[in-house]
Amino acid sequence: MCAKSVDKASLSMIEKAAADNVKLTWDRLEAQEPQCGFGKLGICCRNCNMGPCRIDPFGEGPQEGVCGAGADTIVMRNVLRAIASGAASHSDHGRGIAMTLHDSAKGMAKDYPIKDENKLKAIAGELGIAVAGKNADDIALEVTSILLEEFGCTKGHLDFVKRVPEKRRKLWSQLGITPRGIDREVVESMHRTHIGVDNDYVSLALQGLRTSLSDGWGGSTIATELSDVLFGTPKPVKGKSNLGVLQEDQVNIILHGHEPTLSDLIVHAAREPELLEMAKAKGAKGINVCGMCCTGNEILMRHGVPVAGNFLQQELAIVTGAVEAMVVDIQCIMPALPQIAGCYHTKVISTSSKAKFPGAEHIEMDEHNAFEVAKKIVRAAVENFDNRKPEKVNIPSETMEYMAGFSAEAILEALGGSLNPLIDAIKSGSIKGIAAIVGCNNPKYKQDHSHITFARQLIKEDVLVVGTGCAMIACAKNGLLLPEAAAGAGPGLKAVCESLGIPPVLHMGSCVDISRILYVAAAIANTLNADISDLPVVAAAPEWMSEKAVSIGVYAVASGIYTILGTVPPVLGSKRVTELLTEGAKDVVGATFAVEENPEKAAGLALQHIAQKRTALGI
Amino acid sequence: MLPEVYNDFELCTGCKSCEIACAIEHSTSKDLFGAVFERQYPRKRIFVCAAAGQSIPLNCHHCEDAPCLHACPAGALYREENIVKHAGERCLGCGACQMACPFGVIARLPNSKVVAKCDGCPDRQTPACVDACPTGAVKFGDPSAMEHIRRQKIAQKLRVNL
Repeated sequence: MCAKSVDKASLSMIEKAAADNVKLTWDRLEAQEPQCGFGKLGICCRNCNMGPCRIDPFGEGPQEGVCGAGADTIVMRNVLRAIASGAASHSDHGRGIAMTLHDSAKGMAKDYPIKDENKLKAIAGELGIAVAGKNADDIALEVTSILLEEFGCTKGHLDFVKRVPEKRRKLWSQLGITPRGIDREVVESMHRTHIGVDNDYVSLALQGLRTSLSDGWGGSTIATELSDVLFGTPKPVKGKSNLGVLQEDQVNIILHGHEPTLSDLIVHAAREPELLEMAKAKGAKGINVCGMCCTGNEILMRHGVPVAGNFLQQELAIVTGAVEAMVVDIQCIMPALPQIAGCYHTKVISTSSKAKFPGAEHIEMDEHNAFEVAKKIVRAAVENFDNRKPEKVNIPSETMEYMAGFSAEAILEALGGSLNPLIDAIKSGSIKGIAAIVGCNNPKYKQDHSHITFARQLIKEDVLVVGTGCAMIACAKNGLLLPEAAAGAGPGLKAVCESLGIPPVLHMGSCVDISRILYVAAAIANTLNADISDLPVVAAAPEWMSEKAVSIGVYAVASGIYTILGTVPPVLGSKRVTELLTEGAKDVVGATFAVEENPEKAAGLALQHIAQKRTALGI
Repeated sequence: MLPEVYNDFELCTGCKSCEIACAIEHSTSKDLFGAVFERQYPRKRIFVCAAAGQSIPLNCHHCEDAPCLHACPAGALYREENIVKHAGERCLGCGACQMACPFGVIARLPNSKVVAKCDGCPDRQTPACVDACPTGAVKFGDPSAMEHIRRQKIAQKLRVNL
C-alpha cells in the first residue's frame, strides 16, 4: 500500500498505533475494500422499501429500479440527498450561532457578550435595520430575528443573496434557483427524492443548485457573520500546527468538531487561575488547549490557538497517549474515537445534544451557563492527568508556525481598505488569479499530499491561494501559511506578498467560512461590474469526503466558480448526470465541475481555466 | 492441489459485488471508473440469482468432465491446469457450450454470439469475484480445505439438532 500520509507526525503515530495494536481509519478502509461498485457509481437506491435497487452499470442487467427509476434519476437523487445533508449541517450550525446571539441579546447567555459591534452594525445595515440610538443588544435582537426568519423564510428569497452580483442574481432568477428559505430547500430536496416525486435528473439538479445556494449564501453565511459578532472578526494571528503542539508536561485538551460556541469559552476557561492551580497540583505545568479540524480553525482564526491537526489526525492525537480530553461537538468526528481512547487514558467528551458517541462521556453544552460547562470540562481533563500512562506517551516533534485569520475584513485591511490593489494586481498579471482550496482529508488518498501539491503548484504560477478547513491545516503544517512561503511563489505573487507581509496562501477559516470566499469573489465581481463566472477564479476540494463538501462544491459551481474535485464523486453510473456536471452546467450557470485525482494535473486544469478567463476579460 | 472456487450460498447477501468485480477484471481498463466509459461494456461471468428468497452466486465450476468442452464443435474450449478456458478466436458462436453448461454461466459478449466464460482471472492471485465478496460466500482455496469447512458447518448443524 502506498504511504498513508506525507505528514511525518502522522506516519510516526500510524506506526505507534500498529505497535499498540490500535486499528485506525486506514485499517478500517482496508477491511472495507473492495468497496461496493454500485455505491461508487451512485446507482443504488434505498429510498423505498420496494428496493434496495441497483442498476447494472454494464448494461446487461436491470436498467431500472422497481419503481422505474433509471440510472440518471437514481444518481441525481442520491446527489441531491447528499447536498441536502451537507446544506443542513452547515445551516444548522448557523442556526445554533444565531440562537446563541439571540439569547445573548436577550440577556440569557451572559457568557456570550457581543465582541464585534462594528460587524453587527454592518450586518444590520445590510439587512436594512436602522441602528441609530440603539444599543448592541437591541440591534442583535433585530438582526437575529431577521436571520432566524431566513430558515423558514416566506418572502421568497434569502437576504444575503443581495451580495451576489446582479448578473448572477438575474441568472438564478431565470433558472428558478434563487434560494427561498434555508430549511425549505433542504425539506423540499428530501420531498423531491421520496419515491415517485421528482424523477427528472435536470429538475433534481436544479433543486440541488438551489439547496446548495441556501447553504452558501444562507446558512454558512449566517454562521460566519454571526460568529464574528459573537467571537470577534478574525485578524491576522500567528500560532503553531501539527501534533507536536501537544505538551508532554501539560494537561492537553483537544477541541474537535466545528463550532466555536463552546470551544471559545474552553480556551478562556483553561486560563482560569483555580484550574491552572489544580493542574499544577497534579504535576502539570499548565493547560494546553489545542484545536482540531474546524473547531480548531474557528479558535485559531481568533486566538492563534495551536492546531493539532486535520481530519485524519483525530485518532492519531489520541495515539500520542498525551491527550487528557478530546472535546467534541458536531461533524466529522469519527465514531471510532471512544474505542481508540479506551486503549489510552484519553476521555472523549461529547458536548452537543445533537451528537452523542457510545463510549464517550457526555457533558452537555448549555448556552445559558456556558462558562460553567466549559470549566467543568477543563476540570475533567485536569483530573484525568493522573491517569496518563507515561510509557504510552510519544508526542511527535513536528510543529510548524502559521499565520491565519484572513477574514474578508482582514484582507481588506491588509490591502489598505479597498479591493482595488488586489484587482489591479490581477489586471496587471502579477497575480494571475485566485484559487480557493477547501475540504477534507480522505484515507483513500495520501493525507495532505493533494492539498499541498496543488497549492504549491499554483502559488509558483502566481495564483493567490485562499482556503478554509482541513485543506488549510494541511497548508499550515507545511509552512505555506507563513509570509516566508512567498519564496516558493512566482515573482508577481511574491512581490505582492512581500509588500503586504502576507503569506501566499491565506487561511480564511472553517468550512462555513467558505462564505467569506464567496463574499470576496462577489465583491471583486461587483467592483468590476462583472459576474463571478467571469473572474479568473477556481475552487478545488482535493481530498474531499463529506456531504458538506458536496454542498460546497455545488454552491461554488452555482455561484459561477469552476470547481475541481480531487476524489471521484459517486455519479459516474449516469453518463447524463456526469455530462451535466462536467460540461452541460457551463451553459446553465457558467461553471462546471472537473474531476482530477492527480493534484499536479488538477493544478494544470486550474491554470488553464484562469488563463482562459484572463483572455476573455482581455487582461 | 490447485485452488478451486467454492461457494457458500448461505453467506450470499445478494450484493452483486462479485458481478461488478468480474466485469471490471474483464474490461480493458481494469478499473471501475474506466470500465463504465468503455465503448464496449465488459461482460461478467458470475451471476447472482434469486431462488426462493435465497441469493445464489452461480459461476463456472471448471468441471472435470466438462460438458461445455465436449459440446464445443470448434475446439474453442480447452483445459489449462484446472481451468476450462475459451479461445475467442476459434469460437463459432454456436451456443452449444451455453446449452451444455449445467450451471448456465457461459455468457455472450455484447452484440455477439461469441461466448465469454470464467477464465479463473489469470492475471490475479485470487479471482476478482472472491476478493470482492464481503462475506466469504465466494471462496477460493485448496479443495480439501474447502471440503473441511463444509463438513464442519454441517457437523455444527447436526450437533444443534441432536
